[in-house]
Amino acid sequence: MALYPSKFKNPLINWIDARLPIFTLMHHEYIEFQMPRNVNYLWAFGAIGMLLLMTMIATGIMLAMQYTPNTLLAFDSVEHIMRDVNYGWLLRYMHANAGAFFFLAIYVHIFRGLYYGSYQKPRELIWILGVLIYLLMMATGFLGYVLPWGQMSFWAATVITNLFSAFPVVGDPIVTWLWGGFSVDNPTLNRFFALHYLMPFVLLGVVLLHLSALHITGSNNPLGIEIKGPQDSVPFHPYVTIKDLFAFSVYLILFSVFLFFMPNYMGHPDNYIPANALVTPSHIVPEWYFLPWYAILRAIPDKLGGTVMMFAAVLVLVVLPWLDTSKVKSLVFKPVSRLFFWVFAADCILLGFCGANPPDGIWVVAARLGTIYYFAYFLVALPLLGKFERPRPRPASIAEAILKGGGSVHAHAATAQPMEKA
Amino acid sequence: MMRTMKSIIFAAAAVAVSFGFTGATKAHEGIELPEQAWAQSGPMGRIDKAQAQRGFQVYKEICSNCHSLNLASYRNLKGIGFTEDQVKVIAAGVQVQDGPNDQGEMFMRPGIQSDRFVKPFANDKAARVANNGALPPDLSVMVKARHGGEDYITALLTGYAEAPAGVSVPDGKYYNKYFASGTIGMPQMLFDDSITYADGTKATALQESKDVAVFLSYIAEPTQDERKALGIKVILFLIVFSGLMYACKRQLWADVH
Ligand code: HEC
Ligand code: HEM
Repeated sequence: MALYPSKFKNPLINWIDARLPIFTLMHHEYIEFQMPRNVNYLWAFGAIGMLLLMTMIATGIMLAMQYTPNTLLAFDSVEHIMRDVNYGWLLRYMHANAGAFFFLAIYVHIFRGLYYGSYQKPRELIWILGVLIYLLMMATGFLGYVLPWGQMSFWAATVITNLFSAFPVVGDPIVTWLWGGFSVDNPTLNRFFALHYLMPFVLLGVVLLHLSALHITGSNNPLGIEIKGPQDSVPFHPYVTIKDLFAFSVYLILFSVFLFFMPNYMGHPDNYIPANALVTPSHIVPEWYFLPWYAILRAIPDKLGGTVMMFAAVLVLVVLPWLDTSKVKSLVFKPVSRLFFWVFAADCILLGFCGANPPDGIWVVAARLGTIYYFAYFLVALPLLGKFERPRPRPASIAEAILKGGGSVHAHAATAQPMEKA
Repeated sequence: MMRTMKSIIFAAAAVAVSFGFTGATKAHEGIELPEQAWAQSGPMGRIDKAQAQRGFQVYKEICSNCHSLNLASYRNLKGIGFTEDQVKVIAAGVQVQDGPNDQGEMFMRPGIQSDRFVKPFANDKAARVANNGALPPDLSVMVKARHGGEDYITALLTGYAEAPAGVSVPDGKYYNKYFASGTIGMPQMLFDDSITYADGTKATALQESKDVAVFLSYIAEPTQDERKALGIKVILFLIVFSGLMYACKRQLWADVH
């Protein structure tokens, strides 16, 4: 009957750890875990995402204790939370705004990955799990937006579920099945509530897988060079914990400005009008974090085509590790690719604006060009750039870059002319 | 090169975001709302209670003939400076249906603080019949439900005019350029001296409109002042906390860089 040889001194902890080594696991993953010593603040956004996921779950459970998923009562029950529940307004505004800030953090996190090549070998699975997380976030966000049962809730649910009707033959039965009836109605709201409660826990499970995979390969860093020895890294605690705490705090300041001073800024006024199946809002728009996808959807003149392209736009991320043929991870060493990257970033913002505006005139043209660049970036630019762009010389190790770069972690200075400083 | 690229993108994003801001003060396509100065706007702004009380007077004497305020209770009036006794008197001034009693009958009784505001019509159909087919919407969250909020309410209530040539106004409708369709089913309600204010404020149509907008702003979110006050404390705390964390981080990393 061998026990695990726990190293903890505290007898109680030792007793538990010897039988169930969770303390050893935590110690290993969050105390001794080696982080590249040159990671910058962009590496805090994964942890910020985790913090927000926890916030969403905590506020969400408390909201669910007062919310009523019935078409006749839902709108008023949300207002009841805002008006009659102690600090209900705080819970509700936190949940709504933290949702948006969760997406914001994850967008930074994803673009960080794109810029520094974090999806490349050996981190392909971390990346794919990340895309799955993002898909689950989108599903959860959409389902949650329907719950207050305002005009935008109702019409967003109608428009999005209707997309499935574009598929030939199976389309209409699928939509009826999703609705639980012949229009978005009480059964729809009920199941959306059940699923909105379920999804975040599935999400949490996938985040744990995402982190398990990360702790095999270790984190990437701005140079995209793997850790070669102890001189290249610092232990997670206290170095990264303190840095993350500082990053949390700054992010929370930004969050608080929205939460306390403009809590409805990212929402839509129409969602304070109770849902009405007989009145279509003049202009149906999703939440800002879905706008680029919405633009791609509407850029294609055909409903089925648009739906397929929209899903393809997200799913192309899954195969990204194989589309990028470059052997060098970080764009720090690839000036031409970097240019394409920044145009891509601008393109995503442009698509966001196309999604926010009515689909006519210049916005249609912009959305189509934007969609073409979006796909061309992944399907044409990345495969070719990897083959033809000659990366600049890279330092031999992280430690070398830091020491020769004069102390700055900033990779440009450290590596642009490695020969001169030697 | 990269620097300029990045600054261009950030500048573009900033311009775009500020466009989003100005967009918020438009009622609908192309019509600019006149912007009023509101005591409650901004992080430091708070509801002007005297003004909100005047606004309540406007609501009670005029708007409540057609518009319900279903989400508000009489006790909410304490938040704009009415005393407990005043609120009891106001509530007792309305008749509320209650029941069934032990005989199984519904009965009427004077209102109490915890009652919701009584509604003018038994149901939507009755409301439409009394208004040429147009439905006067509930005003509980109206300020949050329209672009421009208080500015929109004020503009709408004072926005009646002779219809310009070429615009036909159907029977029972009135021309109002701030209303989305241009012709509204609500006649002009506020004129100079429609109200005699208890506090002696001169009751111009604009003053009455602004006052009722402030009252509706309060009713749309009775906790708004509390929210902003808490926000200032939280942000001050976070700034101090960030400073501390930054200092710790600097010290810890001093020998790593
Ligand atoms: C005689 C009945 C009547 C009175 C009194 C009245 N209204 Fe209205 N109101 C209406 C009707 C009817 C509508 C719906 C108009 C339509 O949809 O065409 C309306 C609509 C509105 C709207 C919504 C406009 C929109 O954008 O949809 C607001 C805001 C409003 N009224 C505010 C007020 C205020 C404030 C007062 C008190 C000063 C008031 N009303 C008094 C009948 C009335
Ligand atoms: C619920 C959402 C998510 C959470 C909580 C989360 C959390 C984390 C955390 C804590 C890390 C380690 C710290 C870091 O390197 O930033 C990490 C790493 C990573 N994440 Fe996520 N993540 C989420 C979503 C995503 C998504 C949507 C993607 C991409 C599509 C993604 C891609 C990655 C990659 C590639 C890494 C390894 C990065 C590296 O070390 O450079 N993550 N994640």
